[in-house]
Parts: sequence; C-alpha cells; structure tokens
Amino acid sequence: MKQSSALVLVLLLLSCCMAAPCLGDPLDAFSGQKGTIKIAGGTAHIPVMTEAAKRIMTRHNDISITVAGGGSGLGIKQAGERLVDIGNSGREPKPEEIERYGLAVYKWAIDGVGVVVHPKNPVTSLSSEQLKDIFSGKIDNWKSLGGPDHAITLYTRDEASGTREVFWEKALSKGPISPKALFTASNGAMKTAVANDPYAIGYVSVGHMDKSIVPVTLDGVTPTLETVKNGGYKVSRGLFSNTKGEPQGLTRLFIDYLFTSEGQKIAADKGFIPVK
Amino acid sequence: MKTSGDAIAKAFFLSCAGISAVMTSAVFLFMIVLGLPLFRKGSFMDIWMGTWSPAEGVFGIGHMIAGTFWIAIPAVVLSLPLSLGTSFVIAGLGGPRLRETLISLVRFMTGIPTVIYGFLGIFLLVPLIREELGGPGMCVLAASMVLAVLITPTMVLFFSHSLMAVDPAHVQAARALGAGRIQRLLYVMLPEALGGMATGLVLALGRALGDTLIALMLAGNALGMPAGFLDPARTLTGHIALVQAADYDSLEFRSIFACGIALYLFTTASVIAVRFIERGKKEAA
Repeated sequence: MKQSSALVLVLLLLSCCMAAPCLGDPLDAFSGQKGTIKIAGGTAHIPVMTEAAKRIMTRHNDISITVAGGGSGLGIKQAGERLVDIGNSGREPKPEEIERYGLAVYKWAIDGVGVVVHPKNPVTSLSSEQLKDIFSGKIDNWKSLGGPDHAITLYTRDEASGTREVFWEKALSKGPISPKALFTASNGAMKTAVANDPYAIGYVSVGHMDKSIVPVTLDGVTPTLETVKNGGYKVSRGLFSNTKGEPQGLTRLFIDYLFTSEGQKIAADKGFIPVK
Repeated sequence: MKTSGDAIAKAFFLSCAGISAVMTSAVFLFMIVLGLPLFRKGSFMDIWMGTWSPAEGVFGIGHMIAGTFWIAIPAVVLSLPLSLGTSFVIAGLGGPRLRETLISLVRFMTGIPTVIYGFLGIFLLVPLIREELGGPGMCVLAASMVLAVLITPTMVLFFSHSLMAVDPAHVQAARALGAGRIQRLLYVMLPEALGGMATGLVLALGRALGDTLIALMLAGNALGMPAGFLDPARTLTGHIALVQAADYDSLEFRSIFACGIALYLFTTASVIAVRFIERGKKEAA
C-alpha cells in the first residue's frame, strides 16, 4: 500500500516536471482553464486534432479533449446539434447547412487528394481521361495501361466522405463510379486495403500517404505536399473546423491555437498545407 | 409489513418488464417514423428490392438484404460441422480433461474482439483468396469464413450444453445395453438434444446476420449484387456503418432506418423460430 502511494507521488511529480511552462508559449493561453472539448468529424483532421489535444492536455491537466471520426457530414451535423463542440469537415459546409445550424467556419489547412496504387504496380502515371475510364469501369484491366494482365480492383469511399467528394468533383468531374468498386470506411482503411492489394487503385488525402502505397501522377503532376501547396496539383480541398455560432471559452482557445505558429506547424507535420 | 413489501416489489418488477416491452416496440416505431421521408418518396417496394444509387435519387437496399444473407448463410453452413464435431468431443467422445480444455478455449474465443478477426482476415485471408481463387479478395467468401469462426463458439456452447443436459438415465440405459460411445451419442443424446441445438443454430444465424465489422472490413461493401462467393457484397449493417456519416436530413441517411427495420424483422423472425422450436420440444417431452 505504502509503496504504491509513493509510486503515485513520483509519477505526479514527474508529470508536473514534464508540464513545465516555457515563455511565450501559445499553450499558455489555456492556463487556468478547465473543462472538456468534444471534437468529431472528418477523418483527415484526426492526426492534427489528436496532436494538438495531446499537447494541450499534457500541459493542462484540467482540460480534457476527445477526438472522434465519423466523416465530414457527421462533423457538421453534430456541431450543428451541439453534440460536439467542434465538428470537422473536409469540405466547406454547404450554404444551407451554415444557415440551418448557424455555423462559424474556420479553414486552417489545405489537403490534396491523390490517386494511389500498390508499390509493385508499374503504372504510376495516368491521364484524367484514363482515370475516369478506370473508375467508371470502362478500363477494367491493368494490361491496357501497361501493367500486369489482371483485373483492376477499384476502391472508393462512401458518399459522406469529404475525401470522396473532392476526388469525385475534381478528379472525376462528377463522373460515374462503377458498382463493382469496393468501399472502405476511412483514409486509413483505404491505405491498408491498397497496400495489401497489388491490383488496387484508390485515393487518399496526401497527408495520409506513406511508403506502403505509391502516388499516381495525374496529367503530368504528382500529388505531393509541394504540388498541392503551389497549386500545380488541382485535386485539393480546405480542412475546416466548424462550431455552432461564434466559439466561446475553451473551444475558442482551441480554434485560435490551430492558427498559431505551433498549430500550423502541427498541420504541416501531419502532411497538410498551412493557411498562414 | 411483509405483504406490502411484496406488493411494492411486484409493482417494481412489473414496471421493469413493462418498460422493457415498451422500449422494444418503441424502437420499431421510432425507425418507422424516422424512415417516413424515405418511404413517402417513390414506390415502397423500390426501397426493399431496388438498387442503391443516391446520385439518381434511388435508395434501394435490396442488394444489402441479399448481401446480408449471402454472407450469413454460408457462415452458418461452414460453422455447423465445426461446431457439431467440437460439441461431440465435449459432450461424449473426449475425456474430462479434454472437455475442460475445449470448453475454456471456446469461452476464450467468445471474448476475442471482432476487430482482431477482421484484421487477420485482411492481412492473411484476403490476399490468399485473391491470389489462389481470383477476384478482388474482399468478397463474400472471406467474410463468411471469418464470420463462421466468430459464431462457432455460440454454436458449440449451445450444442454441448444441450447434449450434456440429456437425462443421464437414458445414456446409462443405452450403455447397459452395450451401446458404444458413438452409438450413445448419435442414437440417444443427439435426438434428445436436437431442440436445444436448433435454438443454438438460429441464435448463431441471428448473430451472423447482425454482425457489422467483419463484413465491413472483409466483404468489400460494393453496391452490385453478388453473383458468386468471390464477388464483393454489402450487408445491411455494413451499409448503416458506411452511411451514418451522411447529412442527417438526406434520404441516404434515412435509408439507415429501412435497414434497421429489415434487421429488426429478421431478428424477430429468428426469435419466433426459437420459440416454436422450444414449444415443439416441450410437447415432445
């Protein structure tokens, strides 16, 4: 009994030391605050949200921040119904959504959506026309594109996905997607699916790309942070955080934090393009 | 004092039972009311039989209903021989030590989170099916095989429980007549246990129909109608999981309640089936 309480004391002291304040730190804005912030919505936002939440909660023990996914539609809906404090979306909320819920909308980063294939796939460059034919099912074998003689496995996302919306609007020009396409539930699930299927083609947000998958050059432009940043790669979108009405208290501080140099650096570290 | 205490307790328990009953029916009504905007639009039958194509304003869940059965029925068929064999060993063929080991193993299996089966499926089974059998890999077969593993413990526990509940006097009598272990199992225990085993089968089917994650991760969730075991399919539960993020006022979102009603009716049907089986068992006894 005595030993365990001593251990708790040591851990407490340690956590106090780790939380030692630095001068001019944007996290100081949260000093003396307590309470919870509930965040949900777009899955592309999650890495940034959890990192920001981790930094704030490590320093300020009285603040608790929860981050959930659910997709852009859910983020807007739940923020509008006050089920969460901040609802994230990978698309700008529609005018009727803003009006119905009285949303305040904050765009804090830009994201590109790139076509991806398995690392073993020799096809790493496509034209917009080829891409549309692949997703509509007109081209259904890799052979005609210079790849192996094997059927193409299409991966897509559900209608509520902001990633799908950007891809569908800007890469497919709202063209059809074959009913044979397989559906994944998130950016992460898409990456896992494509990384495990040598004949796959799918799309993920540029911030989620890593070595397990290979980006496909579209009309001569490869989707990378650079090309999305300089506007050369066109399949891109803003990352939004939405609140019902002007954010107050802790929620206000959190939104402001996203726009500080530290918040913007977190977004950049997670693969997005900062707005400031 | 005692009688008034009894009365209070009785009233309390009755109201508990009443609340449960009301809630169960309220859920059904709630789904109908929330689904109304969808049911009002277009033909009622189109929802249950039609295709899913939100861009054209068509919100049919017919393929999801078909996909649900395409995955659940083979899962039960695959799991049945596995569960029968295991429960035979537990109930009669194995020694007491083997029985204890198997039972604790099966109980342990019920505790494994579904997502672990799902991930094993993605990394091991899906590539194997794609390379060896063709197709996209994420398909009916992958989902039913993993689902079969998932529902096997339910079946084994029900099967072995019913087999072991057989009157020992009957088993002893058969033994005295010179019946061997397998003969006792097949001709004495099995016929008597059939009712309870059928209940287990129906409950396992209910679990297979209601499972979400396995099909969501492994069946591919494509919108087309599956034409074979290597084709992808979307289940009702998987559809709910994918569509729940849609705008609340959209008809896509309302289709969730149509799926809910379909699942509710399937569950009701399987519960009624269980009741019939148990009544038949009582009348036979």
